[in-house]
Amino acid sequence: MTPSRRYSAFSLARHALSNAPWPRAWRAAEPKSSYDVVIVGGGGHGLATAHYLAVNHGIRNVAVLERAYVGAGNVGRNTTIVRSNYVLDGNTQFFEYSLKLWEGLSGALNFNVMLSQRGQVILGHSPLQLDVLARKGNIMRLNGIDAELLDRGQVMRLLPYLDYSAEARFPIWGALLQRRAGTARHDAVAWGYARAADAQGADVIENCEVQGFLIRNGSVYGVETSRGRILAGRVGIAVAGHSSHVAAMAGLRLPIESHLLQAFVSEPIKPFLDHVLSFGAEFFYISQSDKGGLVFGGHIDGFNNYTQRGQFPKVQNVAESAVALIPSVSRLRLLRHWAGIQDMTPDGSPLICRTPIRNLYLNGGWCYQGFKATPASGWCFAHTIANDEEHALNRCYSLDRFARGAELDEDGVGNWTYKQ
Amino acid sequence: MLRIPCPLCGERDYTEFRYGGDARKRRPSHGLPDLKVWHDYVFLFDNVKGPHREFWQHVVGCRQWLVVERNTATNRVEASGLARVVLATREDATL
Repeated sequence: MTPSRRYSAFSLARHALSNAPWPRAWRAAEPKSSYDVVIVGGGGHGLATAHYLAVNHGIRNVAVLERAYVGAGNVGRNTTIVRSNYVLDGNTQFFEYSLKLWEGLSGALNFNVMLSQRGQVILGHSPLQLDVLARKGNIMRLNGIDAELLDRGQVMRLLPYLDYSAEARFPIWGALLQRRAGTARHDAVAWGYARAADAQGADVIENCEVQGFLIRNGSVYGVETSRGRILAGRVGIAVAGHSSHVAAMAGLRLPIESHLLQAFVSEPIKPFLDHVLSFGAEFFYISQSDKGGLVFGGHIDGFNNYTQRGQFPKVQNVAESAVALIPSVSRLRLLRHWAGIQDMTPDGSPLICRTPIRNLYLNGGWCYQGFKATPASGWCFAHTIANDEEHALNRCYSLDRFARGAELDEDGVGNWTYKQ
Repeated sequence: MLRIPCPLCGERDYTEFRYGGDARKRRPSHGLPDLKVWHDYVFLFDNVKGPHREFWQHVVGCRQWLVVERNTATNRVEASGLARVVLATREDATL
């Protein structure tokens, strides 16, 4: 990045004095006829991949093709939570690596992603559930990840606003706390990666929809787009939500179904919820944004669809969970509510891998954990594309893991996409 | 709210039903030794964006399994029929 384009206190002061408009954060690039690598999908993962292709592998002749605009997809439709409290080998190391990248991301990108390590609390509502959380915490600590088991008294001091009454539907027995977990600003992640990738030579091409793949002798050599044919040495797909839809153009069937996950933002209120909370009795999690709105969500709707419109029974379920846990929010009004399309896999874990088609790579199947994975996902996908081989961190996320019996079923619910 | 027309009970909220997945998938015959066929049946999905033929069971109604044609891009339900009738007589026919 040229010094004149770097963001700093000095550049802020200079722009304040000059009264000139800020320059674009990245160029409005026109597609060239060919690239070394074309990434399909200008979301967080695709843009991060372009960034790490340049930084880690010196591959700069790269295009990121985005059907709409940067930030239009799931990177702008999530609940911005960042954490690394997993149980299974593979997931644990990958998501911890991601959290470590998050911790240095604002500096690495010269863009404030507003990482706020406010801590995530998973509540336990029975002695048995607390045992399960203790096991999770032990696994995390054995992997060098911070975890603290809290008893009921400690939770009462940390989170005084929860329902501790005798009438509480789900009594609180304790919790597992990861202090390094928290939230980040989702749009800033997309913009920061787009700007950093662009500064290193990648073309971020918006309003460019991929409509087909050019394949010869089992090897991909380019893409057909709404803005013409683009040749490519290698092609990476990073379009989670629509992975099946895009991969089908290359003749691939994936272990993925698309489901809806709803998210909600309340009217803004004064700060009172200092952590990210996860209810242990239902699928429900909540945090408070810097603007004051409570950001919360639940589980997927339960049947595959692409509508981006959630069903009302889930709204009710999520609202009931909120009030059961934090009675004081019962009179808050909803400000916004939306549904994002998730790639759901049969084991709840993602795919970052080669495909049966040579030079075609897949990044998808993120279920509802794509946002926190963004840095490590791009890092590993760049490695996989550059070396035509998975890195140790994402070897477990191959397409053939189901055939090998190497599923990563974090929740142990079985081969049901809609239960993950 | 997604509403599903049950041939026996009439149109009801989808919460009365249990989702059963893609109705065009065919379970491999029992004892088939080819693991790839089983892998594809269990783990792979067409996951179409558009018309989708799928199973629903009316668990809090007549408890019948239905075949429903729903557009996954709009959630519009085009048709439905009893699974035992549809599958026995006209598997791929219009419902």
